[in-house]
Amino acid sequence: MESPQTLYDKIWQSHVVHDYAADSVVSRSAPSADAPVLLYIDRHLVQEVSSPVAFEGLFERAIPLRRPDAHIAVADHAVSTMRSRPNPKNSQAAQQVARLVENTAATGMPYIPERDARQGIVHIIGPELGFTLPGCTLVCGDSHTSTHGAFGALAFGIGSSQCETVFATQCLQQTKQKNMRVSLCGTLQAGVYVKDVILALIAQIGTAGGRGYAIEFAGPAVDAMSMEARMTLCNMTIEAGSRIGLVAPDETTFAYLKGRPLAPSVRQWNDACDAWRRLKSDEHARFDHELQLDVSALEPQVSWGTNPAQTSAISACVPDPKDAPAEAAESIRDSLAYIGLQPGAAIAGTRIDRVFIGSCTNSRIEDLRAAAAVAAGRKVADKVHAMVVPGSQQVAAQAQGEGLDKIFLDAGFEWRAAGCSMCVAMNSDRLKPGERCASTTNRNFAGRQGRGGLTHLMSPAMAAAAAVTGSITDVRELVGL
Amino acid sequence: MRINSVAVPMLQSDIDTDAILPARFLLLMSKHGLGQHLFHELRANALEVDPFVLDKPAYAGAQIILAAKRFGIGSSREQAVWALHDFGIRCIIAESFGEIFYANCINNGIVPITLFGEAHARIVEAANAGIPIRVDLERSTIILPDEQAIDVVLDDSHRAKLLSGQDDIDDILSQHKTAIANFEQRQMQHSPWMYLDDERLAVFDNR
Repeated sequence: MESPQTLYDKIWQSHVVHDYAADSVVSRSAPSADAPVLLYIDRHLVQEVSSPVAFEGLFERAIPLRRPDAHIAVADHAVSTMRSRPNPKNSQAAQQVARLVENTAATGMPYIPERDARQGIVHIIGPELGFTLPGCTLVCGDSHTSTHGAFGALAFGIGSSQCETVFATQCLQQTKQKNMRVSLCGTLQAGVYVKDVILALIAQIGTAGGRGYAIEFAGPAVDAMSMEARMTLCNMTIEAGSRIGLVAPDETTFAYLKGRPLAPSVRQWNDACDAWRRLKSDEHARFDHELQLDVSALEPQVSWGTNPAQTSAISACVPDPKDAPAEAAESIRDSLAYIGLQPGAAIAGTRIDRVFIGSCTNSRIEDLRAAAAVAAGRKVADKVHAMVVPGSQQVAAQAQGEGLDKIFLDAGFEWRAAGCSMCVAMNSDRLKPGERCASTTNRNFAGRQGRGGLTHLMSPAMAAAAAVTGSITDVRELVGL
Repeated sequence: MRINSVAVPMLQSDIDTDAILPARFLLLMSKHGLGQHLFHELRANALEVDPFVLDKPAYAGAQIILAAKRFGIGSSREQAVWALHDFGIRCIIAESFGEIFYANCINNGIVPITLFGEAHARIVEAANAGIPIRVDLERSTIILPDEQAIDVVLDDSHRAKLLSGQDDIDDILSQHKTAIANFEQRQMQHSPWMYLDDERLAVFDNR
């Protein structure tokens, strides 16, 4: 009888096309402990930034796209979020999108046009379409592909060269990770969200705490999460050093997927759910590393430095390098010099110039509702420029149906069209040098949101609170929670 | 594969791929010519009298970077590795790497070597002094200026890829085409919903 398996073990095992370790047995050479396997890739999301060179390679080899039906392409990184002011036709951004249009037409790859009602950030539209499914292997030339693990999909980011390999073979050579389980219990306090959970976890285990592992999130607090919350959780797993985040699929997952355009058909539905219900870690499955976190005590989190682990509770003070171990001290000093904060100063009260509510981390309907609840009846502070970028046109349409756009506009936020926007700052949505931004994104590295820009990561509710007060604020105090 | 070069010390931890190649250069659609944009902000912001370490005369023509912890974390952009390669870098020694970045290095002829502790410290000495070291990939060793050898640990498959420059796609299609087809046949039987027919894909106008 087989030993107990984790969810990761099961999905991995069911996608092995060839085990290279077996080759060394045949050739009688010393077997490598880390021999890769040839892993079948069920689904490939394609965007305009990582695909041009991959397509070029495919054309040069004169090999067809092996499985057009396993691919969906969309432009999200550099598209303009101002529909009235699209990227100029001869701009690099427009050319990159035009190239994607050509490439998808030439290969028969499904493509969602820029103006289409289903266009949006690749990690938002995949789930919306029911393209992301439990138990599938899914890749994209983007590190936040871990998002899709929320569905119990084995999903990870890859480079352009690997995109080409998937185009041509629908497989990738991959080495198996170790298993880590993060068990979350307790109940989130009012004003505290899953964004705060993942930020706190990264602060605890560091930007390489998950390196070498696939992380499964489990426990009653995860069971209670909506699909969107699970997506936020898995999205930032990469910032903890793990490419793979996983949540076992359950009835919440199935309810989300039922009836979506590319999800199993009515005829296939019961069989699919039967198969999906088997996708969970066995009771006695062994994890190489386990961690428990009680979310009840968590406060809203804010990053104070220049990597996602440099994060504290809103009530905390900026750390003092003098109090840190020597190795960390230099890093803290450098970060504080860039971000312009004083050691020991309270994080709350830091004045901000810009607010960005968007990105594949936090731009779904629940995120917009949380931010709108704070913005309602309040006004964006003087000298603050705040904008909301829905993650997809479908999210935008739903938000408009609920009147959220009106709430934001009345408060003085800009309401934009879908795209990655100021998370990656490849379009005109960028910070100017020295501008400080309260951001619902996933990375606060120096210059990430624009050369010389200063980023503070937080939840949508916290970002809205910063917008209406003009400084980093405890949203619970603002709204009286 | 042997690399004989001074190692450029970049000993800050968490040097991310946004720093290595800022996002706006991802609008370029070629893998060539990116070296001029490598570490763009750090190099542009440096003073003429105190240039960024890569631009210092002592490290001109260097093929090795010596980093600290978590080099290449963040965005998966392979363009960061293309920029490093275009600039002339063929080996990066670090205490740890971002995983996607590491895989991108293997696929682009840059040898990523993980070293820490005493071994790492010895190379820091040589790097700071501007004295060349030798990396011998076949023997999996680094030879220090005093001829002392440090063992390098690399997965067999990764070393093989770096040495032969073998092409993944050619390998896979020449050796595993049948296995892939068999996998798909079986999967179509037990998980037919994973295969979308033209009717389902009619939701996409362009098909």
